[in-house]
Amino acid sequence: MVFCPNRMPIKTMNELLKQLTEAVGVSSAEKEVRLLIRDLIVDHVDEWHVDAMGNLIARQAGTGEVKLRVLVDAHMDEVGLMITEIDSSGMLRFDTVGGIDDRTLLGKVVQVGRHKLTGVIGAKPVHLLRGSQYNEVVKSDAMRIDIGASSKDAAAGKVKVGDTAAFVTAYEELGITAVGKAFDDRAGCAALIELLRAGPYPFELVASFTVQEEVGLRGAQTAAYGVKPDLALILECTPAYDLPNENDVSPNVALGKGPSIYVMDGVTIQDPRLVSHITRTAAANDIPFQIRQPGGGGTNTAAIQRLHGGIPAATIAVPGRHAHTPAMMINLDDYAHVVQLTAAALRSLTPDIIKPAG
Amino acid sequence: MKDLIKKLVEAYGPSGFEDQMRDLIRPEIAGLADEISVDAMGNLIALKKGDGTGLKIMIAAHMDEIGIMVTHITEDGFLRFTNIGGVFPHTLLGNRVQFADGTVGVIHSDRIEDRSKVYPLDKHFIDVGAGSKKDSPVGVGDAAGFQRELLVNGTRLTAKSMDDRIGCVVAIEVLKRLQSTPHDVYFVFSVQEEVGTRGAQAAANGLMPDVGIAIDVTLTGDVPEARPMEVSLGKGPAIKVKDSGMIAHAGLVRAMRDRAAAADIPYQLEVLDGGSTDARSMQIAGPGSAAGCLSIPCRYVHSQSETVDMDDVENGIGLLVELLSNPLDI
Repeated sequence: MVFCPNRMPIKTMNELLKQLTEAVGVSSAEKEVRLLIRDLIVDHVDEWHVDAMGNLIARQAGTGEVKLRVLVDAHMDEVGLMITEIDSSGMLRFDTVGGIDDRTLLGKVVQVGRHKLTGVIGAKPVHLLRGSQYNEVVKSDAMRIDIGASSKDAAAGKVKVGDTAAFVTAYEELGITAVGKAFDDRAGCAALIELLRAGPYPFELVASFTVQEEVGLRGAQTAAYGVKPDLALILECTPAYDLPNENDVSPNVALGKGPSIYVMDGVTIQDPRLVSHITRTAAANDIPFQIRQPGGGGTNTAAIQRLHGGIPAATIAVPGRHAHTPAMMINLDDYAHVVQLTAAALRSLTPDIIKPAG
Repeated sequence: MKDLIKKLVEAYGPSGFEDQMRDLIRPEIAGLADEISVDAMGNLIALKKGDGTGLKIMIAAHMDEIGIMVTHITEDGFLRFTNIGGVFPHTLLGNRVQFADGTVGVIHSDRIEDRSKVYPLDKHFIDVGAGSKKDSPVGVGDAAGFQRELLVNGTRLTAKSMDDRIGCVVAIEVLKRLQSTPHDVYFVFSVQEEVGTRGAQAAANGLMPDVGIAIDVTLTGDVPEARPMEVSLGKGPAIKVKDSGMIAHAGLVRAMRDRAAAADIPYQLEVLDGGSTDARSMQIAGPGSAAGCLSIPCRYVHSQSETVDMDDVENGIGLLVELLSNPLDI
C-alpha cells in the first residue's frame, strides 16, 4: 500500500516568469525578449514603438483624471558573454558583457548566438590540476567556449565574432522560491507587463522595456529623454545576500521580506518624496517591504533622474539571490508584492506628491 | 555676513536631503530675484533678469554636504553606515553626526588592534544612545551630516561644511549686490554635488545656459608637508583652469582674469589634481556651455574643520559682481 498524503492544491507555474527568463537577451541583443514582450502587451496598450536604441516603449493613455505622464521602466537585457575570437582549434574566446565574476563561469553551459548553439566554458579537469592550480582563480580571458568544433573553419560556419552567449537555466519553482536565469531584470519586465494588463490608470502611463542597462544604464537614457515623463518608477531585481552570518553586521536584503525600496545606491539618491510615497503606500496596504541596504550598485534611476531639468524617480525591486550568476532565486511572494505595491503606489499618485518643495 | 555663514554651515543637509538648507536660503534671496523656483531634483533656482543684451548664465553653488547613511542597526542599537560622498575614515573617530530630526550620534569604531591603521568605514558605528534596535530613533536609510559649530579665528573661519555653504553665501551676497546686469543670471543652489554633481546636471539640462560658473571650494598647498599646489589661503579667490573633471573654458578664464585685474581684485590660478565641481556637469549638459569655476581656497576639505579666509570670500564676491555687471565677451 502506498501512503497518500492529502492532495495538495495544484499551483500552476508562473508562465510569464518562465517565458521571460528563458528568453535570451544579452545587452545589445535583446530582440528575442523585445518581440516576446511586444506580443504579451500589444492588446493592452494604445500605442507602442521601438526607439533607435531598441527600447520598447508602450503607452496607455489612461482615463485622464490625473494630469501626469508616468514612466515605468524595466530593463530587458541580461549579463552574458560576447565572442571576440575563434581560435585555430575552433574554441571561442569571449569577453564578459556586464558585471560577471570570473569564478562563476568555469564549467557552465552557455547558448551562443541567435541559433542558441550549445557551448561549454571549458575547465581543466580536477584530475589534471597540480599544486597551486587548485587555489587559483582562472581569469575569463584564459577560458574558452567549446562548441564541439574541430577547427576554426568548422566553428566559423556556426558562430561569428560579435555573437553573444547567454547562460542556460530552465525556470523552475521550488515551492515559493523560483530558480532561473536573468530575473535581473525579467522579474521587473514581468511585473511591468502585469501592471499594463491591469490598466488603464488615472494618468498617462508609458512603459519602457529598456536595453543595455547592464553595460551602463544606456537604453533608459534615450527612452526617458524621448518620453519626458513627470516622474518615473523603475522596477528591478536587486541582489539579496541573506545567507547565514554569525556577526550582527549589515546584511543585504533578504528573500521573503517583501519588495526592496532603494534610498541610495552607488549612483543615485532616489527621490525622497517618491520613496516616502512608496513606503507609506506599503504600510497603508499591509504590504511588507524592506529598505535596500544603502551603498553600491545602481539602477536606471541614475540615467533618468537628471534629464530635462530633473525627473523624480525611484526604484522598487524584487530581491534576488545569486545575481549575475547562471542561476538566480527569487521569492514569488516578493514578486507578487512588488506588483501589488507598484500598482497601489501608481493608483494613489497625484501631482502634489512631486510638487516642487519649499 | 558672518551670521549668514554661521546659519548655513551649521545646518543639516547631506546630499539628497537638502530641504532644510533650501528653507534657510529661500528667505535670504526673497525679493532679490525676478523669479524663484525649485526643480524636480530640489535645486533652488533664482533668476536675476538682464536687460536683454547679454547671455544666459548659470551660477551654481551646492547646498549639500558630505554625510553618512544608516545601513544596519545592530540588536544592541548601534548604527552601521555607508558614506554619502567623500567621507574619509580617518576623520571619523569621536566625531558627531546630526540627523534630519535633530538626533545626534557619536562615531566610534570596532576594537582597534593596531593603532597605526585606519579602519575602513564598515568597521565604524554610530551610538545614538539607544539600548536596542527597537529603541533606535533612526532607521535604515536615514541620512546624517556632521555636527560642528563655526569657529572664528581672526579672518579665518572653520566649519564642517564650508564645502560648499561658503559658495552659497557668495552666491547670496552676489545676488544682493548685483545692481544691474546685461545677462539673465540663474543662481542655482544645487543638490547632490558631493555624490557626483548630479543636481547641476539636471538643472543645466533644463536651463541650457550659455555660460556656467560654479562657486565652490578648492584645496590649498599652504600647510606643512602639503602636496604642492599654487593656491594659498588669503591670497584671493582662485580662478579654476583645470581640475580632474573639467578644463575650464579658456575665454571665460581670460574674462575672469581681466575683470579681476581691472577692478584690482587679487586672484590665484587653480590647477586641481583631484576633485571637480558642478561646472563639470554644466559644461557637457544639453548642448554644452562655456564653463568655469570661482573657487574659495579651503584647508582640510572633507574634514569637520574646513577652513577659509574671509578676505578670499569678500574678493570672490567682488569679482563675481564685476564679472556679471558687465558684458561678457568670450
